[in-house]
Amino acid sequence: MPEAKPETPAVGPKRFEPRIVAFFCNWCTYLAADLAGTSRMKYAPNMRVIRTMCSGRVDPQFVLDAFAHGADGVLIGGCHPGDCHYQEGNYKALRRVHLLKRLLREMGIEEERFRLEWISAAEADRLKTAVNDMVEKVRALGPLRLETTAEFFPEEVKVA
Amino acid sequence: MTDKPKVAFYWCASCGGCEEAVVDLAEGVLNVVAAVDIAFWPVALDFKRRDVEAMADGALLASFVNGAIRTTEQEEMAHLLRHKSQVLVAFGSCAQLGGIPGLANLSSRDEIFQTVYKEAPSTVNPEGALPKSLHRDNGDCVSLPGFYETVRALNQVVDVDYYIPGCPPTPKIIQQAVEALLSGKAPEKGSVLAPDRALCDECPRKDTRPEKLTLTAFKRPQEILIDAEKCLLAQGVVCLGPATRGGCEALCTRGNMPCTGCFGPTSRVRDFGAKALSATASIIDSNDEKQIDQILDTLPDPVGLFYRYSLPASLLRRKKLPEQPATKGCAPKAG
Ligand code: SF4
Ligand code: SF4
Ligand code: FES
Repeated sequence: MPEAKPETPAVGPKRFEPRIVAFFCNWCTYLAADLAGTSRMKYAPNMRVIRTMCSGRVDPQFVLDAFAHGADGVLIGGCHPGDCHYQEGNYKALRRVHLLKRLLREMGIEEERFRLEWISAAEADRLKTAVNDMVEKVRALGPLRLETTAEFFPEEVKVA
Repeated sequence: MTDKPKVAFYWCASCGGCEEAVVDLAEGVLNVVAAVDIAFWPVALDFKRRDVEAMADGALLASFVNGAIRTTEQEEMAHLLRHKSQVLVAFGSCAQLGGIPGLANLSSRDEIFQTVYKEAPSTVNPEGALPKSLHRDNGDCVSLPGFYETVRALNQVVDVDYYIPGCPPTPKIIQQAVEALLSGKAPEKGSVLAPDRALCDECPRKDTRPEKLTLTAFKRPQEILIDAEKCLLAQGVVCLGPATRGGCEALCTRGNMPCTGCFGPTSRVRDFGAKALSATASIIDSNDEKQIDQILDTLPDPVGLFYRYSLPASLLRRKKLPEQPATKGCAPKAG
């Protein structure tokens, strides 16, 4: 991840560019992203994709870790219901995501920052729309700013 | 002076239960007392901070610190004991993971002060006075420790060698830990001194836990008549046994109450709440969004449920604070 975290507000000459971490399943959404690339589709460049074998592999710890390390939003992409390569993985993801959303709400993290989308290998368009829409919504919310620890406790020892 | 190894016990943001647990060692405590020289233990013995300050660095073999870190004084004591001790042990859930006091990370300092000093029905405070670090009156000056915005676990403040889990740790766990430390057969630095397996392994109900468990509603213990033999999860009560480290010998499930996770995670898990959430979500018996939400409505407070003992040590550490200038932040309020 080359550039430093953009800190500019949504208004003004340099607008805030949200950082979105995306977990895409190998068999559908990742291929959709591939297709979007080979078809030279243009969409917001704010997303960093991490490929997982299945949306059911996305441990809630991955999502929290992303937020804790500077993500302004997290997007999970998987196969449509019934199409999961491992039969049930995306249903597993669905149940977890619903519970995790409730937990994030209680932690003061806005709903728009965390999203689950079903996107098949052929749906490059759907991917484009989802990413653009999420980037705009998170941009409107502004930076998440959870990385305040160092500021508050400069002497704090590093924990893994 | 004897040449028995010197140890210290200290408490930070804690309820006193961990101190009680040491006393609860009963005859066991005598073995400990016979083997060591207790050089500092504010709850029971009349030593002062200056006595610790006067010690040489590393003069204490071990310090057992319970409680989370909320104030500047607790932070100072953690540093002081770290310098004076060869081994620093986080004793109990609050020191290990932030514990129950760590749930205060769902509120800001201002909210806490408002509630405690102004709004609570039992509070009488007509001037609306709030604690300050420094107060001058007639040339006199009184000071109080600063109150941080965020509660921390001990290892977020100083380097910690070992962890004794539990809320509070059980006599057996304490005794085994102390023996391991005194015998010099201490395990690898950073270890949690309890078995590294899930609580279900030692639960007497485990044979009634179905291979594939699914539920259409979660129940709170007071809502049902609990069967004394059957796995609590199978009865619909959220039990965190599958995500929690064993070692307590299933105290709660033996007493007809679900495990709430006080022994924290096993070594393979970074964030206890996320793991417990995952385990709980996996037993929801539905693939339909609406239905899933209905089932989840029976879990009213996910943070309190999954992070009851570990919010400060979690990946997110606290509820997001409302936007405020960075400089104000957590620094303790000066008077
Ligand atoms: S889920 Fe709870 S009651 Fe069931 S076996 Fe595990 S610890 Fe025991
Ligand atoms: S059953 Fe769970 S909550 Fe109860 S003492 Fe054991 S680890 Fe702690
Ligand atoms: S393989 Fe795509 S969601 Fe499971």
